[in-house]
Amino acid sequence: MSRAHVISVRNLDIVGHRPDGHDVPIVRDVSLAVREGQMLALIGESGSGKTTIALSLLGYVRSGCTISGGQIRVAGHDVTSMTTHELRSMRGRTISYVAQNAGTAFNPALSIAQQVIEPARVHWAMTREQAERKMVDLFRALALPEPETIGARYPYQLSGGQLQRLMAAMALITDPEIVVFDEPTTALDVTTQIEVLAAFRTVLADRGITGVYVTHDLAIVAQIADHAVVLRHGQVRESGTVADILGNPQDDYTRELVAACRIPPRATPCAPMEPARRDRVLDLSDVVVGYGSRTAGGLPERRILDHVSLSVPQGSTLGIIGESGCGKSTLARTISGLQPWAAGQIMFRGEALAPAVADRTREQRRRLQIVAQNADLVLNPAWRIGATIERMLTFFHGMKGAEARAEAMRLLDMVRLPHAVLERYPAELSGGQKQRVNFARALAARPDLVLCDEITAALDPVVAAAILELMVELQETLGISYIFITHDLHAVRAVCDQVAVLYAGHVVEQCDSQSLAVGAHHPYTRLLVSSVPEMRAGWLADAVALRHADELPVAQHDAGGGCQFFSRCDMRMPGQCDRDPVPVHTLPDGARIACYRPCPDLAFPGGVASDASPHSCES
Amino acid sequence: MSGTTTRYRVLGLPVLTPAQRVMGLFGFWLVLAVCGPFFAPYAPGQIIDTEVFAPLSHRHWLGTDYLGRDLGSRLLYAVRYTVLICTLSTAFSCSCGILLGIATTAMPAWVEQVAGRLMDGILSIPSLLCALLVIAAFGDSLLALILTMGVIYTPGAYRTSRALALRIARMDYITVAMARGEGAFFIIWKEILPNMRGPLLADVGLRFIYAVLLLSNLSFLGLGVQPPLVDLGSLVRENVLGLVYGSAAVILPTVVIGALTVGINLVLDGTSRR
Repeated sequence: MSRAHVISVRNLDIVGHRPDGHDVPIVRDVSLAVREGQMLALIGESGSGKTTIALSLLGYVRSGCTISGGQIRVAGHDVTSMTTHELRSMRGRTISYVAQNAGTAFNPALSIAQQVIEPARVHWAMTREQAERKMVDLFRALALPEPETIGARYPYQLSGGQLQRLMAAMALITDPEIVVFDEPTTALDVTTQIEVLAAFRTVLADRGITGVYVTHDLAIVAQIADHAVVLRHGQVRESGTVADILGNPQDDYTRELVAACRIPPRATPCAPMEPARRDRVLDLSDVVVGYGSRTAGGLPERRILDHVSLSVPQGSTLGIIGESGCGKSTLARTISGLQPWAAGQIMFRGEALAPAVADRTREQRRRLQIVAQNADLVLNPAWRIGATIERMLTFFHGMKGAEARAEAMRLLDMVRLPHAVLERYPAELSGGQKQRVNFARALAARPDLVLCDEITAALDPVVAAAILELMVELQETLGISYIFITHDLHAVRAVCDQVAVLYAGHVVEQCDSQSLAVGAHHPYTRLLVSSVPEMRAGWLADAVALRHADELPVAQHDAGGGCQFFSRCDMRMPGQCDRDPVPVHTLPDGARIACYRPCPDLAFPGGVASDASPHSCES
Repeated sequence: MSGTTTRYRVLGLPVLTPAQRVMGLFGFWLVLAVCGPFFAPYAPGQIIDTEVFAPLSHRHWLGTDYLGRDLGSRLLYAVRYTVLICTLSTAFSCSCGILLGIATTAMPAWVEQVAGRLMDGILSIPSLLCALLVIAAFGDSLLALILTMGVIYTPGAYRTSRALALRIARMDYITVAMARGEGAFFIIWKEILPNMRGPLLADVGLRFIYAVLLLSNLSFLGLGVQPPLVDLGSLVRENVLGLVYGSAAVILPTVVIGALTVGINLVLDGTSRR
């Protein structure tokens, strides 16, 4: 007992008041404690009460909820008995909060500096000059670019990862004893997440700040927290040190969570890389999508997809990965005919597809279905589930009445939903159920190819794992092909045969999904792969050590010629990479990599011996 | 809000959805408008008493007006004309506005440019002034009244429904329907419209209230419904002398206008608070 508990919560109960007068328990009998300088992770799926508990530490409950029992002591204050005025002087000074989405947490009309030093000014903690000096120190500690001048910029000029770090600076400016992080990296790409996590860790360790970290990602917990509490339905399922919980989970639910984070790679063998041309379902060749005026070559000036060539073999899954803004979703819209392309050709089952969906035949539209990201937006809220599925059956197969109803039930069986769902509205279903209905809707057309656009992004890990399992199972029974668009590399390994890596509208690599971590790869692929958090303690330090590249400011690089990845590449060759057109290597197993470097240079540093892998270079 | 639900239960009435409450109240006024006059004891123009501005009595329950006519009978006829004219003009303005509003979300941009500027043009003229002008030019027949008020309130309905439809048209289920190859009519009618029902209902109700107020204003100025026909606004105008005597003949029509507009407004408020 060298250090005292800075946070101690005992038997906390929080209830929500429903309009009909009944109270619903949101948090039940939760007790937790954090010692000074340590980090506690609150783990749980959505609706488990983790954010509610985190906010209650600040003495805040959402309107319609009340703390109905228990005690919260934070840094010597009894939060439950404090007045509004006392709470206000504590928040932002003794305890501060970093929210999930920094993009919406900043006021777009004020400069960054004004907002970052605001907590210090509100609490009269220091003069403006002191606060500004402090701010610059914090910016430097959080590894932000141009710490002296970044404060003068406005939120829209900065990236999501930078804003998230700026928000941490805002939380730290008053030297609080405790900082509450609410899923601060969930909305970020893996490559950005790693920078933010590393910055948080250094700053917290340097200043000895006590923290509470709310997340659903166990791999992040392993990197950043000392203790963890697993929550479900507002109750504590398990608590202990992070090593114990991740390495030796006792509770059934914790085991399920840990298992969901370790999705096994798919068991069935992958389809061969280069099948005969007739076996391909979909073939994209040199597809260009963009906007703006046309250049001399007849191509748009601003290109979202630039000469993208891909193919999907019959009955297999092609994964498309890349960070946000790389053109993933545009690719899905292009293939489904909602976004016309400027040049190139898309062949579907040997026929050329028209750019606009209205010009495609009904048969083509039937055979190519899209399952979009957000199940909440894909199902019409005014329609019962039965109507949604039966409309597909009527539209494509002319089924009516009892026949359509029977077929709809069969489809629900396929996606493992009870028949009672047919009479419900989308709002009455959970996220996972909606995504299953979404699948059933696509399957109703009896498609050959299903485009899955980030279908697991909005789901909790356990639910997402079940959806991925369903995908593989449906493929085995129905023989459909998928294009699986995602930023989650675990999911790619679980369902895909091949992977195309998209960067700034270019396919920089297409390879076998199982060989992602071994053999030769494009530098960007390696960056992506090494950025995916692992549940091993110390991974963060290793991963940061690997990323020694000094990124050039993007503006310095003219995208006119050469490699798009030039400014971020750790093996760039100035004078060549930024001028010449990018050569494409084809490896013996059919993988293609667009890079100037010869293959042997592209192998994973310290990775698996390249001559033992099927991915070795010969050229 | 829990209070209202409990109160309904205490009265032993079934709990109504907000939409049912709006339709219920509106239905009551419509039934009154259609059937009311059949229960009128006298013809609206019949002079029944020598006493003008007579107070309420058992002979004529609501008293008499400035010519000694039965106010109760006249009020029943007035409700008929006010409610029916406003219903028809609201139906005209809202069906035009809503259809155009949704359709422009699915049409090329220039259609919206033309329709939008036209609507802005109408919107920029004060409604009462616009109505005065049109009636001065085309006469004050009932049809002219209905059409004029219909045109005046079309831009409002157009703006509201377009804003709502634009939000819905960006939803993924519309994208999916388009990728499926559904026709524009199906998308408007089956995919977009059902999701706008709640806010649209509130909007239609508001337009009806505006129409009642505009018609009453016009009639008060003598440009609305002409004698021998009678509506609530003209009842107020012809009996305005009775104000000096505190006569029911001027107070009651005013109260009925208030009951009609405020009542519907309150029920609509309940829908939007949900």
